[in-house]
Amino acid sequence: MATTQTFGGGVHPHEIGNGKTATRSQLIANAAAPARVTIPMVQHAGAPALCCVKAGQIVNMGQVIGEAQGVVSAPVHASVSGKVVSVTNCVIADGRTVPAVVIDNDFEDRWDESVKPCENVDALGAEEIVAIASSCGIVGLGGAGFPTHVKLNTVKLDPKPDTLVINGSECEPYITSDHRVMVECAAQIIDGVRLAMKATGIKCARIGVEDNKMDAVEALKAAATEGIDVVALPAKYPQGFEKMLIYALTGRKVPNGALPGAVQCVVLNVATCAALSAAVREGKPLIERVVTIAGRVANPCNLRVRVGTSLMDLLDQVGGLTDGVRKLIVGGAMMGNAVPSLNLPVTKTFGAFLALGEEAVSAEESACIRCGRCVRVCPMGLMPAKIDALVRHDNYDGAIAAGATNCMECGSCTYICPAKRGLTQSCRIAKAIARSKKS
Amino acid sequence: MSKYIVSSSPHLRDHVSTRRIMQDVCIAMLPACIVGVLLYGYRAAVILALAVAAAVLSEKFYCKAAHVKDTTGDFSAVVTGMLLAMNLPSTVPYWMPVVGSVIAILLCKMIFGGIGKNFINPALAARAILALSWANVMNTFAEPAFGNLAGVDAVASVTPVSGVASGSFTLTQLMLGNIPGTIGETCKIALLVGAAYLLYRQVISWHIPVAFIGSFAACYLIATGFDVHATLYQVLSGGLILGAFFMATDYSSSPATAKGKIIFGLGCGLLLFWFRYGKKTPAEWCSFAILLMNVASPLIERVTGAKSFGEVKK
Repeated sequence: MATTQTFGGGVHPHEIGNGKTATRSQLIANAAAPARVTIPMVQHAGAPALCCVKAGQIVNMGQVIGEAQGVVSAPVHASVSGKVVSVTNCVIADGRTVPAVVIDNDFEDRWDESVKPCENVDALGAEEIVAIASSCGIVGLGGAGFPTHVKLNTVKLDPKPDTLVINGSECEPYITSDHRVMVECAAQIIDGVRLAMKATGIKCARIGVEDNKMDAVEALKAAATEGIDVVALPAKYPQGFEKMLIYALTGRKVPNGALPGAVQCVVLNVATCAALSAAVREGKPLIERVVTIAGRVANPCNLRVRVGTSLMDLLDQVGGLTDGVRKLIVGGAMMGNAVPSLNLPVTKTFGAFLALGEEAVSAEESACIRCGRCVRVCPMGLMPAKIDALVRHDNYDGAIAAGATNCMECGSCTYICPAKRGLTQSCRIAKAIARSKKS
Repeated sequence: MSKYIVSSSPHLRDHVSTRRIMQDVCIAMLPACIVGVLLYGYRAAVILALAVAAAVLSEKFYCKAAHVKDTTGDFSAVVTGMLLAMNLPSTVPYWMPVVGSVIAILLCKMIFGGIGKNFINPALAARAILALSWANVMNTFAEPAFGNLAGVDAVASVTPVSGVASGSFTLTQLMLGNIPGTIGETCKIALLVGAAYLLYRQVISWHIPVAFIGSFAACYLIATGFDVHATLYQVLSGGLILGAFFMATDYSSSPATAKGKIIFGLGCGLLLFWFRYGKKTPAEWCSFAILLMNVASPLIERVTGAKSFGEVKK
């Protein structure tokens, strides 16, 4: 049964395009390792990792090539074994140019000696699990890439969190990577959830899955153990946003400007839990992830891809682009980044690659007709049209007073706007101004 | 330059556009217009056509004269023209819909900045100006003659609102619309069909019509000591149904928040009750109730400003 509790507002972008149908029932396939990988040092939120290898050096699979800098940071590991060609820069999906290590694959897939299965997982304490998450470079695979060890380390938190919220909603159209992981690796996810419960000292975990993925709900329910609830949620974008999910699963509202900890919750993505399980049990660092490749490609599918694989290599494996591609999108159609070229590496936070056509090209904007649709769909209860009008009159203080900084940039308002106005974009401008004023 | 478009998210847009919304409104008004022509003859059709043509042409003219992008393609001028014609008796001289549309588009819409910027409903404002300027003509209604397209000569008839005391009409007549009245307001069945379409297409929400009709009916019930017949008679008389579903719901002159819409609807209902109850004046006050609330709309929106999701008590 779906829970009746959900946030107000939201949209149904699944109705546009072919949605998830193209890839939802296909098994995850392993992508062939490419001949060369480019591994960025920035694949997570927080401080960039510092490169610790030199050109010419031979590295093993799973060897640390970038060291975490500070607490909110994560190490980066080699995703293939081979020779470091160069330490250089590369462009990542959000447009930043960041340091990167280029490795030529020797196709031996030689694991580093640091990668060892754990003998006795049950004997591990909370601190040890947190340490493994940290050393294996586990970050949030939902897209934000927040280092998981920071979330799991609840020692200093007061009040102590009491609920582990697991995000399996995957509310973005087209993307089915979490869906397939939930169906195919349910036991591994549940294992990861149990490890996270142990690490955080939380007794109650709730997994939220949208009700358009009932096979995933069934698989997780079958694997779930005591203290873990699997809850089907109404399929509605942005159900998978942290604040919306916490509200749906616990009835608690995260105050504006606060983190989930304020309502005693820790939020993890399902794929992150699976990666945590692999890290703890097998000692495997995070060097691959499942990526949905959909839209105008010859063979839409879900592939398990090594971090650092370029989009070009990835597309070769799905038969390349088909006709009419106007936009290349890394991540979801609602939240992802449009990228100018295929010369980009897959990173830890890279959930999907979409090639979209005319459906992703917006019509010319016209005057706001004050229809109020943006107000109706805004999950944060804002008035996007009002913020938009204020920003266009350079009244940033007014826009901030109207709550622009509470905008999560989910894009629902821009999606629904019949006048095709960039409402989310105006909120972004107001948020950027607010940030610059603060500093 | 990359051959791929780079823009910020979201990358998908809903199919609904301003043009489609306005076309939906036109579709929703069609049944009432068709019945209006069947009831009041060819004059009704001519008045509708003249009002729409004048509205579209004045918007085209304004855009050209003001050197701004031609916005007539969004169909909002068509909506204004149709609405105005629906609010006119079929007996008015042919220049009247033209003058009305010009007033509506130029004076009440375009000079404030066009679609979305008008603070009052243009069609209603134009109707009010016509009603105040040519009260005699605007209060002369033709007797309905269903299917007689030649129409009936102008006769000063009692309208349901003015004739309520005598109870001149049956409730069935009020529903079917074979009563004297303006072109588009009399057939409640046709109007409700259109309203259902607007609600189904999510062009309008239930808030304003329900609050408007509900508060008006509630007041009337209480005032008449729960006289259900008299209350239904009032609800189905005059322009209330047309006003509540098609005019009070005008986007730019009503609040955008749900709470604001309910207050707006309540205000309309209470004003109309105050205007109508116990009065014998034949003028149709529904337009004035809505117009007054139109002016109050920005204030309502300000005091009902949306409450954000994370605004919690500390």
